[in-house]
Amino acid sequence: MARKAITGNGAIALALKQVEPDVMAAYPITPQTEIAQNYAQFVADGAVKTEYIPVESEHSAMSAAIGSCAAGARTITATSSQGFALMWEMLFIAASLRLPLTMPVITRALSGPINIHCDHSDSMGGRDCGWIQLYGEDGQEGYDNAIQAFRIAEHMDVRLPVMTMIDGFIISGAIGPVETLPDAEVKKFVGDYTALNPLLNVENPVTIGAFDSLGGWYFEHKVAQNRAMENAMKVIEEVGAEYGKLSGRAYSHFKTHQIEDAEIVLVAIGSAAGNVKTMVDTLRAEGKKVGMLKVRTFRPFPYEQIRAALSGAKVIGVMDRSDSYGAQGGPLFTEISAAMFGGDTRPKMFNFIYGLGGRDIFPDDIRGAVETLEQAAAGEQVSQTRHYLNVREG
Amino acid sequence: MAKPKEIANKPERLTGGHRLCAGCGAPINVRQVMSVCPGPAVVSVATGCLEVSTTIYPYTAWRDSMIHSAFENASATISGVETAYRALKKQGKVKEDMYFVAFGGDGGTYDIGLQSLSGAVERGHNFVYVCYDNGAYMNTGFQRSSATPCGAWTTTSPVGKEAAGKQQNRKDLTAILAAHDIPYAATASPHNFKDLMNKAEKAFTTPGPAFLNVISPCPRGWRTPGDQTIALAKEAVQSCYWPLYEVENGKYKINYKPKGDKKTPVADWMKKQGRFAHLFKPGNKALLEDIQAYVDRKWEELLKKEECL
Repeated sequence: MARKAITGNGAIALALKQVEPDVMAAYPITPQTEIAQNYAQFVADGAVKTEYIPVESEHSAMSAAIGSCAAGARTITATSSQGFALMWEMLFIAASLRLPLTMPVITRALSGPINIHCDHSDSMGGRDCGWIQLYGEDGQEGYDNAIQAFRIAEHMDVRLPVMTMIDGFIISGAIGPVETLPDAEVKKFVGDYTALNPLLNVENPVTIGAFDSLGGWYFEHKVAQNRAMENAMKVIEEVGAEYGKLSGRAYSHFKTHQIEDAEIVLVAIGSAAGNVKTMVDTLRAEGKKVGMLKVRTFRPFPYEQIRAALSGAKVIGVMDRSDSYGAQGGPLFTEISAAMFGGDTRPKMFNFIYGLGGRDIFPDDIRGAVETLEQAAAGEQVSQTRHYLNVREG
Repeated sequence: MAKPKEIANKPERLTGGHRLCAGCGAPINVRQVMSVCPGPAVVSVATGCLEVSTTIYPYTAWRDSMIHSAFENASATISGVETAYRALKKQGKVKEDMYFVAFGGDGGTYDIGLQSLSGAVERGHNFVYVCYDNGAYMNTGFQRSSATPCGAWTTTSPVGKEAAGKQQNRKDLTAILAAHDIPYAATASPHNFKDLMNKAEKAFTTPGPAFLNVISPCPRGWRTPGDQTIALAKEAVQSCYWPLYEVENGKYKINYKPKGDKKTPVADWMKKQGRFAHLFKPGNKALLEDIQAYVDRKWEELLKKEECL
C-alpha cells in the first residue's frame, strides 16, 4: 500500500493502468482529458499491454468500445459532459448487448450555455441508459470504484456496463491523498477476463445486435436486463466487502454519518458529501440532531436499504447537483422521495439544488439548508419543496 | 483470384433465407465480396436493409461473426473489433488469421456514417469498408441521401410544381476516401463480378484500410423490375455514370473504358427507371442535358486523374 498525492484523474488513470485492460478507446474532453492522455502515455511507454484507439469522437469511442468488448477484449473508455451526451445512443446499446464495459465519468455541466465546470447533468441525464452507476466523493473513491467496476460488470449474474463518477475539477483536477494498492494485488482482485460468446471465436461465430422487432423478443430482453440490474445490488455489496478485506476500505451502496438519532438528515452524492459531513459535525457540536447519508450506488438504486436507513428521520433534505426541468425536484430527490413513500413513516422531503455549472457551495449554504429543514421539523410552514443554494435572484 | 467456378462451389457465407427483396443488389454484392475473403471474418453492418433483413432475431443469415450496433458507426464498431483482435492475438488468446469488413448503405456511409468511416480509415485499421450504394435511404422508404443522383425522385426530393426531384449532384465519396490516402479505394459493380471480386480480394489482402464503393440497384426505390438489377448496374457503368476504377497507393486505374458509341447516353439508363420518369415529360430537356454534362465532366476528370496520378 502506497500513499500518493495525486489528482482524481491521475488516481483513476493509475487504477486503469493497474488493471491493464486489453483495449482503451478514448477522446479528449474537459475535464476527463487527463485520463485519456495519461493512458496514452502508459501505452507509449510500453508500461501496459493495452491497445489504444484514439477515436475521432465520443460516439465512436463508445462504438469502438462496444466492438472491442463484443469481440472479447476487456475494454474501457472515459468521458465527461458533451462527450457523454454524444455517446448517449450507444450507452443504451452497450447495456442492452450486456457488455461489461467500464467507464469513469468525470462529471461536468451540459451545454448550453457552454460551461466546463462540475455538475451532475451528464451522468444523471444518463441514469436510465442501463448502466450501473457508482458515485465517488474523492480521488480515493474514484480509484477504488474504478477497480471494483470490473468485478461488478464482469460478474456472471450481472454482465452490465458500469460507470464510475467523480466530480469534474473539484476532484478530477485537485491533488489529494490516495492510498493505492500494489499492481499485483489489483490484477489478482480483478482476475482474468472471460468473454461470453465473443465475435473472435472462429469455432462459434455469433451474430450480435440482431433485429428484434414486432413479434420478436425485445420486451423479454429488456426484462432480463432489469433482472441483471437487480442482481447487481448484491454483487456490488459482495465486491465492496471483498475489496474492503484487501484495502481496508469496504464499500456498500451508501454511507451514513451521525444518522442513528438524527431528526434531520441531509442526503448528498459526490464531492459535496465532504462539505456536508463537516457541517454535520459542526452542527452536532452545537447540539443539533443532524446526520448525513451519502449515496454511492445510484443505479441500481438501493431504495429498500435507504428507506430503512432514513426511517427515523423527521425531515430529509436531498442535495442535487443537477436539476430536472419541470419535475418535482432533482434526480436524487425524486428517487429518495419515491423510496420513502413506500415506508410506514413519511418524513417531510425538501430538495436543495446547488453547484450547477461549478457554482461553489459554502458551509453557510449548507447551514442555511439545515435551518430550512429545522423550520419544517418544528412544524412551521415551508413554502417550497425545491430550493436553490447560492443562486443570484432577480 | 481463384477461378469463378471454384469460388461458386465454396459454401455461401451469407446464406439464403434472408428477407431482402427479390432483385436487391445488396446480397449479390455481399456474396461476391465475402466469396473471396481469405479466412474467417467479423462483419460489421450499419443499420439498413442489409442489417434488418439478414438478422431477424433469433435467426441470422451470416456464417461469419456479425455485429450491428447502430446506423452511423459500422466503421467505429469494426475498428474496435479489429483492435481487440490485435490485442488478443498479441497475447496469444486468438490464434487464427481473421479479416474485418464493414457493410453500409449510402445513407450509412455518405451521410450519417462519414465521420466514423473517415476516423477509422485515418487511424489505419486493417479492415475493408464496402458501401452498397443504392442512391437513397431505401430502408425507410426512399428518402434522398447525398448519394442520390440529380433529378431522381425520392420522398424527400419529391417531384412537384417547383421541383423535378433532387436538385443537387451526388457526393463523390470514392474521391473523398482516396483523399484519405488509404492504400486501396475502388468502385465496382455486380455485373462485372470478376472485377468486383478481384477488387475485394485486393482489399482484403492489402494491409490497412480499404474502401469499395459498389453500385447496388434497388428495384423498389429505383422503380425498376427485379430482374433488371444486373442489366441496370451494367448500363450505369457503360454510361460512365458509375465508372469502374481503383486507386492503389495513390495511383489511379480505370478498369473499364467504353470506346466511342459504347459510352451510352445517361438518359437511356435513366429512362428505364421510374424514379426519373418525370424528367422525360416535356420541358425537362435542359435538365437532362445538365445531368449528361455532369457525368461527362466527372468522366473527363477521372481520365485526367489516371493520366496524371
